Amino acid sequence: MTVGRVRPVGDAAVLVEVEGVDPDDVWRRVRALDRAFVDAEGVVEVCPGLVNLLVHFDPLVTDHAEIAETLRSVDLSRAPSVTPRDHVVDVTYGGSAGPDLGAVARAAGLDVDDVVRRHVAASYRVMMYGFAPGYAYLGGVPTELQLPRKETAVRDVPAGSVIIANDQCLVTTLTMPTGWWVIGRSSTPILTPHDNRPARFDVGDRVRFRAVMP
Amino acid sequence: MTATLEVVRCGPMVSVQDGGRPGWSRYGIPASGPVDRLAHAVANTLVDRPADAAALEVSDGGLVVVADRAVTLAGASVAIEIDGVELGWSVGVVTVAAGARVSVRPDSGARWGYLAAAGGIAAPSWLGSAATHLVSGLGGGVLGAGDVLPVDGAVLRSELDGGVAEVELSVGGPVRVVLGPQDRHFGDEVVARLRSSPFEVTAQADRMGMRLDGPSLAPADALAIPSEPVVRGSIQVAGDGVPTVLLADHQPTGGYPKIATVISCDLDGLARRRPGAALRFDAVGPDEAVTAARAEAARRRRLLRALASPDRTIGQRLFRRNLIGGADPEV
Repeated sequence: MTVGRVRPVGDAAVLVEVEGVDPDDVWRRVRALDRAFVDAEGVVEVCPGLVNLLVHFDPLVTDHAEIAETLRSVDLSRAPSVTPRDHVVDVTYGGSAGPDLGAVARAAGLDVDDVVRRHVAASYRVMMYGFAPGYAYLGGVPTELQLPRKETAVRDVPAGSVIIANDQCLVTTLTMPTGWWVIGRSSTPILTPHDNRPARFDVGDRVRFRAVMP
Repeated sequence: MTATLEVVRCGPMVSVQDGGRPGWSRYGIPASGPVDRLAHAVANTLVDRPADAAALEVSDGGLVVVADRAVTLAGASVAIEIDGVELGWSVGVVTVAAGARVSVRPDSGARWGYLAAAGGIAAPSWLGSAATHLVSGLGGGVLGAGDVLPVDGAVLRSELDGGVAEVELSVGGPVRVVLGPQDRHFGDEVVARLRSSPFEVTAQADRMGMRLDGPSLAPADALAIPSEPVVRGSIQVAGDGVPTVLLADHQPTGGYPKIATVISCDLDGLARRRPGAALRFDAVGPDEAVTAARAEAARRRRLLRALASPDRTIGQRLFRRNLIGGADPEV
């Protein structure tokens, strides 16, 4: 197959690149590799990205060459399949909970209710986590709602904010600055242990939003 | 017996840290743990605690605690005053009386200091670890005035009291890196600059990372890479050409290209350096990096074992065994 270059990252990790033309296909193979590889000898942790996978290993047990060799022998077709789970996240849209909803509507040439309807109608996939604990990047923002990030970040955006930029949406877990557009706030906790997971979603899961009254 | 340490005064960036919580980066959660893992392990070991037990990490703002009963404390990379009297060592053990005012800050050569307690500091755990992720406060916790820290099973170990001059925690020498994973985007000239130029530690250093001063390392091609997982030690270069070395609380992913990665066994020494300290990078191959990691792990094991021997005072053990900071016959 299957994997492209395996690049050393310091003394205790390699970055495995998955090559391909179709981003969805690449991402699917990243996740298959993630599942196939997690129990290999000397591997401490595997972290999937969008087009690559970081494999942390214990340099007292193995080394870059051994890990690369193991990678070449991985048979993706035998990766255990997992059924993505479905999640529903409750959101209060607009008002003080979503101060940028009006701006998003104006930029999209829609009215505010239409923005909410379209955001709720879309289905999202958990593409990867990043930035901070529980920050799950959800792909699938409808084209007509896609805006680039703001020029400057806004400070002290509360935890639980539902924010969008480009094709991505996320529910924040910390009060932090963000340059994304704040369209609502959720009372659904993301960073809570569920079934031995520290966060509600796994990469690959499906998420929908549901509008609730404030 | 449970004693308590009451925090009387506390600067920013003072927190509880144990060995860290690796394994959760896929959920956006960094391992955290001490920025200077060796100094943290030394402090714990001096009072016969496991090397990865919970201890306090102290930044420049300092920490003042008062114990409600006598306790034995250990410090590494610290300057400690007891009721205003400086102890005069940066690594060692001190037994303090109930009510004594214990003031701790990093020693003049260090950016981070560590304080451990005989018996062990009890702190809240998150995902099985008391390491604190500073920005969120998740884990053992960021300390503030008024906090009360229980020392469970507090035991007096005054026979261990004294400084341990032989433990060499200072820094020097080049910082070893493995080039990549995106060095190819920078161009030969920029990579040569990384390898040959002096850099300087700036004041912009926290638990997430440290920015360095030096020649611009701006990539030859402006490039956009998809955000990807990064490691502690990654040297990421923002569009302005300024390198940042990622540390214990680093963001789990990043979209900046990484020109090189500091090898794990040289990270403590790098993070220990104070603003203004000069440094150079030495590029090594992956095999050499693994060899270095193994040699350093063995050295640390011997060092900690020597410090942990239970039946002698520290000074005696070190004098007898001459294991610390000296010649190393096994590597």
